[in-house]
Amino acid sequence: MADKELSYRLVPSTCVYCGTGCGVLLEVMGDRLTGTLPQKDHPVSKGTLCIKGWSVHEFVHSDRRLTAPMVRTGGVLVETDWETALAAVADGLAKAKGAHGPDSVGFFASARCTNEDNYLLQKFARAVVGTNNVDHCARL
Amino acid sequence: MSDLKTIVREKLTGGADAFLCLKNEEGTTLPALITDADSPELELVEVGDSRYPLGKILINLLREYPDKRFAVLVRGCDERALIELSKLEQVDLDRLVMVGMACSAEEAAACGCPRPYPGDVALGEKVEAAPGREVIEEVESLAGADRMEWWKKQFSRCIKCYGCRNICPMCFCKDCALEDPHLVEPGVIPPEFPSFHIIRALDMTGRCIDCGLCEEACPADIPLRSLYRKMQDIMEDKLEYRAGESVEEKSPLSFLGTEHDIEKLEQEERHGR
Repeated sequence: MADKELSYRLVPSTCVYCGTGCGVLLEVMGDRLTGTLPQKDHPVSKGTLCIKGWSVHEFVHSDRRLTAPMVRTGGVLVETDWETALAAVADGLAKAKGAHGPDSVGFFASARCTNEDNYLLQKFARAVVGTNNVDHCARL
Repeated sequence: MSDLKTIVREKLTGGADAFLCLKNEEGTTLPALITDADSPELELVEVGDSRYPLGKILINLLREYPDKRFAVLVRGCDERALIELSKLEQVDLDRLVMVGMACSAEEAAACGCPRPYPGDVALGEKVEAAPGREVIEEVESLAGADRMEWWKKQFSRCIKCYGCRNICPMCFCKDCALEDPHLVEPGVIPPEFPSFHIIRALDMTGRCIDCGLCEEACPADIPLRSLYRKMQDIMEDKLEYRAGESVEEKSPLSFLGTEHDIEKLEQEERHGR
């Protein structure tokens, strides 16, 4: 067997677990994410992390991670493409709003998304659907 | 004296398959593995003023690429770590070339380093520094029971991030006692005092090379380094051993060996008496 080609690099990134925005360096060996180091000169976290930041690489290769959109059809989740999934979401939201009004719908934002993603989500909730039912997962 | 870029190129054309050093990428200092003397990344290599656990990275690289030879940029602390790790069978010094750099006077003073330079210095000028002893002196000025209270107060800030263990170049065990639910109750913050911190301090005895990365990584500013430094002082005083200094002499606390070896040692000890 030929020698494995040497490949190791650190990719600067931002921890996705909450809104603090700590600086992490993701260790990539070959084609695997193998670890996390704190970015020593990061202006927010200054080389420190909490336990979530230290383990932020772990979910990437998790077997339990969803890698494709799924739509529940006849009570069973079935993998599908984004077009179909988003059409199902739009259809469901329109039906709920049509039958019970805009406050029958709620939007749950995520600390694992960017500020811009979350801004868009609440704007969509308020301006397009017409509800202030917006909450988030970052109650840390 | 040549610069880092020249040295990296020399080592890569002179037998090393890769050079582990630091680079500056868009204003951020981070470790980099350079594998090609013509790599454009070579333009970015820089010593910088951030320290990373290069020894820990090397353990994984040596294991993942068993046929490769590495060169690595080392400060005094990195060299001590690699020497101690070799005695603990974690790195193979025969597959490593160390390129030494001395820390600047400012770095050495800020770090309170006992030896801010490696054996051979290829970059920078050697300076001596006085090891920081302020915390140890403060604690030792207190009466016995007050010392415990002092540490209890420090450790009450612990958020159990495991950063001290994770960044530590000398922590490499697959199964860590700090993750054993019988020893450390899961989900409890701060962790039980003093067991959590005593477990770690004992594991560091005869092993800690006093790099201070643990204290730098602690989000709660717990003076961990002083605790481990005191342990090393006791080791030197009682067992005449300081980790990371000699390539040959192993820690008297190493119990690496088969049960048979240990029984034999015990037998010899009995006969000796």
